[in-house]
Amino acid sequence: MKIRVFIFGVAIVTGLALLGPGVTAVTAAEPLRVGAYGGYFKDSFDKHIFPDFTKETGIAIESVAEPTGEAWLVQLEQAAKAGQAPADVSMMAQGPMLRGQRGQLWIPLDLAKIPNHKNLLAQFVHKYPDGKADGIGAVAWYITLVSNTNVFKEPPQSWGDMWQPDKKDKLGLLALASNSFLLEITAKTFFGGTDFLDTQKSILTVLQKLAEVKPNVKLWYRDEGQFQQALQSGEIPMGQYYHDVAGLAAADGHPVRSTFPKEGGVLDSGCWAVSKASKKVDEAHIFINYMCRPDIQAKLSRKVGTAPTVKRELTGLTPEEFAGVSSDIPPIIPRYDLYTGDLADWINQKWTEMITK
Amino acid sequence: MIGEKPRGLRAHLPVIYPALMLGIFFVVPFGTMVAVSFFHRQPGAFYLPGFELGNYRALYTALFGRVLVFSLFLAGLSAAVCVSLGFPFTYFITRMQRRAQVVWLVILLSVLSLSEVIIGFARSLLLSRTAGLSNLLVWLGLMDQPASWSPGFMALLLGICYLAFPYTVLVLYPPLSRLDPARPEAALTLGASPLRTFFTVVVGSLRNAIVAAFVMVFVFTLGAYLLPQLLGRPQHWTLSVLITDQAIYQSNMPLSAAMAIFFMAVSLLLVALTMYAGQEKRAAGP
Repeated sequence: MKIRVFIFGVAIVTGLALLGPGVTAVTAAEPLRVGAYGGYFKDSFDKHIFPDFTKETGIAIESVAEPTGEAWLVQLEQAAKAGQAPADVSMMAQGPMLRGQRGQLWIPLDLAKIPNHKNLLAQFVHKYPDGKADGIGAVAWYITLVSNTNVFKEPPQSWGDMWQPDKKDKLGLLALASNSFLLEITAKTFFGGTDFLDTQKSILTVLQKLAEVKPNVKLWYRDEGQFQQALQSGEIPMGQYYHDVAGLAAADGHPVRSTFPKEGGVLDSGCWAVSKASKKVDEAHIFINYMCRPDIQAKLSRKVGTAPTVKRELTGLTPEEFAGVSSDIPPIIPRYDLYTGDLADWINQKWTEMITK
Repeated sequence: MIGEKPRGLRAHLPVIYPALMLGIFFVVPFGTMVAVSFFHRQPGAFYLPGFELGNYRALYTALFGRVLVFSLFLAGLSAAVCVSLGFPFTYFITRMQRRAQVVWLVILLSVLSLSEVIIGFARSLLLSRTAGLSNLLVWLGLMDQPASWSPGFMALLLGICYLAFPYTVLVLYPPLSRLDPARPEAALTLGASPLRTFFTVVVGSLRNAIVAAFVMVFVFTLGAYLLPQLLGRPQHWTLSVLITDQAIYQSNMPLSAAMAIFFMAVSLLLVALTMYAGQEKRAAGP
């Protein structure tokens, strides 16, 4: 039954990928098309960011709702082969960013036209192996250690707290290696840093350490809603979650807190990238430059709840505002190369073996 | 016309539409999937057209075998539970007054209007420690303190059976309602106990319907994808969950297609064996 649904899904994705170029008819005075994750992100950008940008620069923007994950990358790639761009600038997660890079999908960006890139933290300039920039940090968010304040009166201090015996059957963790970043968390907490993950042998060591946390895990979740409900009710009183969403839940009066462990929160992010089929390259640079302005990043932090991609002192955020979206503790930066490189399939296999055993 | 073979375009016209739909929505996508399962996977990117058996060879792992066996076991057990509960249940319904029968069938059909997501979330709440049924039992003094029953194997089995039960009844209802009441009556008159009558006469004369219902529930629950994630622990994830992980999260379409096709082949084989066994028994019977 579901296999049929799956086949149907594959057909739809394939169909969309083939239709992609046809859907985007090119007209003369066209606005700059900007892809943002559909739903909350796109709505927030439509409301708080795009109108001001158009007022200031005179460049009209048409926002395009893009799906998260790989589907949008497939559409961009297929369209680019036909010389079309469903969006000129797209917000891309790090995995698809690297996959697109392998197919040379992104236009190398001219940093001279993006002077504001100097405001950015170093990790937010994404580069081709030869050093040319292909992506600029758009939005960033943290995954932190969250807990139910009724069950745990004292906030946890370290990611290592998840391994303690009193947490038995009390944790909710993300189900995949590539979205939980638990390999990085374990490597940073117990093995000195994410560089430890450089060899297959040490990845297995980390997986072994991670397997020790399994008796404490009640739920390995793919769907955020599933964990959030259980966290709020205290059914699953601790786990990893998104700092901004946990903040919203706490603001709504739920007994939830988000803690930056001493090893740091996991900083995940999306990049602005420009399709090689775009005919609005100059406008795209102007847009990206605008998005790197400290006041715009501060506005995003206040209105959307994302962590600023620029240096803290430039943003003018108050300590409370900053604590709401970020932390001074150096973050754990995910090793995206592991999930898109030659080891990707091997890691996925070992990961699934570890958690399903 | 009746009994004659249709000739010419006009006679074939009514068949063209369904054939076309079947072609567009089943044959073409299925063919695509078969083709993709032989394509070359590019790590870190997508796939390239080609012909290689590597994707099928990659299935030869302990993990895949374990999950395959578990998926088949879960589907088989769910089917057994649903049929063994559904058969007597349907039998009693068919012995009721017409009006009562309609009420029962409407209640069962209304279960089908709930989506799997809602059923899954509702089950996990019902079986939770903080808000679940165990609190009621504590209040009644039957338990010392509330317990958490989800996620776990029983929670998963309950959820799947809840979803499949209405279908079981709907498949069993027509043959059971056609069963001539004179037959069990005759057995009773001849001195058989009601229990014995039920097992030898009612069950015996409807063996085919039972096998059909079993196969239907088995196939239906094989594709369980959402409930294992909501109500099960990782060791209870079915093959459908792994297939989705490969397709959506790892962009490994060739491997996921190979998994799906292998899974389907094994399931079809099992279904064929079950049907064959059912026929054998009938042939050997009185």
